[in-house]
Amino acid sequence: MSKRTLYDKVWAKHKVATLPTGHDQLFIGLQYVHEVTSPPAFAGLREKGTKISYPERTFATVDHVIPTDDTSRPFKDKQAELMLSTLEKNVKDFDVTFFSPSSGKQGVVHIIGPEMGLTQPGMTIVCGDSHTCTHGAFGSLAFGIGTSEVQMVMETQTLAMKPFKVRQVNVKGPLKKGVCAKDIILKIIQLLGVKGGLGYAYEFTGTTIENLSMEDRLTICNMSIEAGARIGYINPDDTTFEYLRGREYAPKGEAFERAVEYWKSIASDKDAEYDDIVNIDANDIEPMVTWGITPGQVIGINENMPLINDLPEEDIKSAKEAYAYMKLEEGSPIKGVPVDVVFIGACTNGKLSDLKAAAEILDGKKVSKNIRLLVVPGSMKVKAEAEAEGLDRIFKAAGAEWREAGCSMCLAMNPDKLEGDQISASTSNRNFIGRQGSPSGRTLLLGPAMAAAAAVKGSIADAREFLA
Amino acid sequence: MFEEKIKSIKGSAIPLKGDDIDTDQIVPARFLKEITFEKMGEYLFCDARIDDKGNHKSHPLNDKKYEEASFLIVGKNFGCGSSREHAPQAVKRYGIKAIIGESFAEIFAGNCKSLGVPTITVTKEEVDMLLKHTENHPETIYMLDLDNKVLKFSFNSISIQVPEEFRIAFIDGTWNATALLAANSDKVKETVSSLPYINNFQ
Ligand code: SF4
Repeated sequence: MSKRTLYDKVWAKHKVATLPTGHDQLFIGLQYVHEVTSPPAFAGLREKGTKISYPERTFATVDHVIPTDDTSRPFKDKQAELMLSTLEKNVKDFDVTFFSPSSGKQGVVHIIGPEMGLTQPGMTIVCGDSHTCTHGAFGSLAFGIGTSEVQMVMETQTLAMKPFKVRQVNVKGPLKKGVCAKDIILKIIQLLGVKGGLGYAYEFTGTTIENLSMEDRLTICNMSIEAGARIGYINPDDTTFEYLRGREYAPKGEAFERAVEYWKSIASDKDAEYDDIVNIDANDIEPMVTWGITPGQVIGINENMPLINDLPEEDIKSAKEAYAYMKLEEGSPIKGVPVDVVFIGACTNGKLSDLKAAAEILDGKKVSKNIRLLVVPGSMKVKAEAEAEGLDRIFKAAGAEWREAGCSMCLAMNPDKLEGDQISASTSNRNFIGRQGSPSGRTLLLGPAMAAAAAVKGSIADAREFLA
Repeated sequence: MFEEKIKSIKGSAIPLKGDDIDTDQIVPARFLKEITFEKMGEYLFCDARIDDKGNHKSHPLNDKKYEEASFLIVGKNFGCGSSREHAPQAVKRYGIKAIIGESFAEIFAGNCKSLGVPTITVTKEEVDMLLKHTENHPETIYMLDLDNKVLKFSFNSISIQVPEEFRIAFIDGTWNATALLAANSDKVKETVSSLPYINNFQ
């Protein structure tokens, strides 16, 4: 059992009681809500005639179904329009703060929470969305829940939870040039497996992680769930505090200084005990690209896709399925695999720093012919900041589509979709079969600079060759 | 304030052959956009039941002799795939009160528990026997006894497996955790008053 880790401290602070079922009742400090998973929960409240017990601790946005080209109302897709209008009614009836498109604060839930200073260290945070683990980047315990749990939190502001084990994932040393946060987490998933984190909270630590910006830390924690860990977190430090200072919902004045004391106190102690510790040398990490249908089917840019016979027994079935679906050849290089669509965005890589990394590659270049490049900012704020820096001009000049904020082509719930068996180079987090909207569409996951390089080259390329 | 205590369930069964039936087959993804669970019962297995033209296909759920059943008999790894709650909601709203099978996907089983639908495990041989028996004698009334962990039918009795914490929750009527959680609202207030970030870090 772990002791004196951030997980242990924050869990203990939020534990309300031990239930007769043996579960811990945990207080939830913050609930984010989006249009897709919340309607049945609100409907359930109405059925019961109850209210949200702590409405001031609930915040809503619209991201999954919102179109990223024409956002005028009503939406062309009637179902999407129904989902947004239902959310609008729900937030009004139940007194929930809603970051609507007209507020200028709309965006992907896992991007706006941090950028508004809502997500803070030492909190428990939930959302009916598996990528809620993103918010762990601030040193909070954040995890995705199902719709009936969303309703439970609305009614009681608590959940019945089984404790997690804690694995320290320790990444040490300087990153090689051109290696980004996305590559670190893909490497971790490659090493520990997509099921390796089941039952665990992952604590990402070590000098490599400590040297990352907040935005990069968010990318790491975002994909904890792809590593099987429902919770992933990073101990808060000066980088965290400086990021929060001055944000809309961050504490102000003296309260901020007091907050820093609390935030420091919940970080894992030096002599904390873990259920497991894994060490990774940053020097072993290359720009990574997935070749299969799980995020664990991933290799370095200069590697060849594995031969089925070289794989461990338990990976063979999935690899065969992956090669058949992806129409890729075992043993061949990933570099040079032609792509049709490039998607830069999602809660994984739709932040300002991600867009900058892509713009650096695209500056003064043209997207290869026959390639469709979509650049989709994660929030209205990211969009405005990118435009203030002139990134939109770089993207447009290169031939990219510069879109409005939303989940876009990360998944299939809005008009941005792959067609037929198109293959995309995507900065999102899931390469599951059919994920990007076409039942036979194919996805290669990679970082934003690598995606931009693929757009210029028309095929998977090493972004470092584009950086002088 | 707690839910109904579920100690025993009685009724006929629907035999549903096949392993690895995933949540997409239970409720196709396109129904995820519905804003309530109300109609989920109608969508249960709808792609397997109804063809493109709206005609009924041959499927046990379309078979009159299995109407009004309380049990669903299934194979291995039932409910695998996504964690969507639409699937267990569909099962429950269709009228199924318990599912008996060789094994269940963990999240699916947990979601069923929260809705008061026990997922009961028996051996492969017993599943095969139950499927066959139900097909030959669709009128059979099964009696699930959670107190004694047995399934009785037509002078037979087989022992069943169910996670002990689930079993107790059904028997005590605490399977929907909301009631348990709500009972502690005073303790919640204590926790709130001790959390720095809710009290301006005083
Ligand atoms: S961007 Fe993708 S992963 Fe992130 S919340 Fe939206 S759909 Fe989910």
